[in-house]
Amino acid sequence: MNAAKRAEKAHKVYAIESGTVIDHIPHPMALKVVEILGVKQDGILTVGMNFPSQRLGRKDIVKVENLKLTAQVTDRLALVAPTATINIIEGSRVVEKRPIHVPKTFRGLLRCPNPNCITNIESVSTHFVREGSESEPAVRCTYCERLYREPAQLVV
Amino acid sequence: MDLPGRSIISIRDFARDEILGIVDKALEVKAGEWADALHGKVLATLFFEPSTRTRLSFEAAMVSMGGRVIGFADPNISSTRKGETLADTIRTVTGYCDVIAMRHPVEGSARLASEVASVPIINAGDGANQHPTQTFLDLVTLKEEFGRLEGLAVGMLGDLKYGRTVHSLAMALSLFGGRLSLISPPGLRMPAHVKEELDSAGTRYEELRDLGELTSDLDVLYVTRIQKERFADFQEYERVAGAYRIRRDTLTGPCTRVRLMHPLPRVDEIAEEVDATPNAIYFRQAHNGIPTRQALLGLVTGVIR
Repeated sequence: MNAAKRAEKAHKVYAIESGTVIDHIPHPMALKVVEILGVKQDGILTVGMNFPSQRLGRKDIVKVENLKLTAQVTDRLALVAPTATINIIEGSRVVEKRPIHVPKTFRGLLRCPNPNCITNIESVSTHFVREGSESEPAVRCTYCERLYREPAQLVV
Repeated sequence: MDLPGRSIISIRDFARDEILGIVDKALEVKAGEWADALHGKVLATLFFEPSTRTRLSFEAAMVSMGGRVIGFADPNISSTRKGETLADTIRTVTGYCDVIAMRHPVEGSARLASEVASVPIINAGDGANQHPTQTFLDLVTLKEEFGRLEGLAVGMLGDLKYGRTVHSLAMALSLFGGRLSLISPPGLRMPAHVKEELDSAGTRYEELRDLGELTSDLDVLYVTRIQKERFADFQEYERVAGAYRIRRDTLTGPCTRVRLMHPLPRVDEIAEEVDATPNAIYFRQAHNGIPTRQALLGLVTGVIR
């Protein structure tokens, strides 16, 4: 990488010293990621959208400074950003790199879009099970049994 | 097969061997074994939506095997009208009976009921979702007729889009390696999500526009009603429905020996002249609802094993 290119890249997304970098977010899910993580008030937040990506074509990036997000928290991104990679940064170096693990079941996190599903009528926590692969997850409501191929849209 | 205490909510909850076990048990009940097995047991029929046939079938099943029945057939006289939640109604009724048969217009209501009840729930229909005792009685009829469930050539005719019965039956049959011919007007085809399940189960199926396109013999033709409400134009409905009507002269070629099934009620999709032919087994199919429901009631209450 020549100096000019390096400078350009640094200008676009500056490196953070400490915190969490969520890379390979499928475009345009970055804002949804911020919303699900609930980190809007937790210090400096950098949101980058529409970067070229070999893997995804286009990708988004979210950087959360000074906050190391646990797997339990980042796995909540499974449905909106199953391809995301989590980088934990300390002293400007990546000290942990992990993928998102897509759970087999989701309790409470999603809303069933079927208006005639009991979960939209009585106060009952939703329960979905994953069908299909981790990279292309679909979810089935265990109550009305409908299958949803775009589970990201069900995230509350 | 471990069924005591278990609820019957969806055909999806059952593995192939469990389905076979239940079907065989129903045929034992029909053969006269297990008489009076339900003596001393109480069934609560909670019908939050009217369905006279299904309710009568459950009640007849219970009473003729020595059990007793409590319940309601009209939600307007129940406490639901006073604003009680379904969960609370179930929590209460669960203390009055050994098993509950429930019909409710909301999808997933039976699953919720099974989570709060301390007795087994038998789903007698939850909206457009499931009606598993219908699927079991269809399978019992097939087993009785052919001696097997494996490898049958089954045609499904009519409204395959909205017909809950054919969706569940198609999924159940996919466990038994049959071949399906899905015959419907283009606007009422089997939904993609059901076809995807057939694909993932490796079930062979073909989609046809009418019976004339059949190229090989069918063992069974499962006829469903095409409802007027699905059409904006009455003339269009008449034209389409007419093309899917079964008459005596339909029973030729690949349909010469076909057994005709129908979930009933029938309107005019099978002409009455067909009733007297050996092909017509739809009334026997309806009657099989009794031993099927008796077997399920006995299995979940633990008196049939």
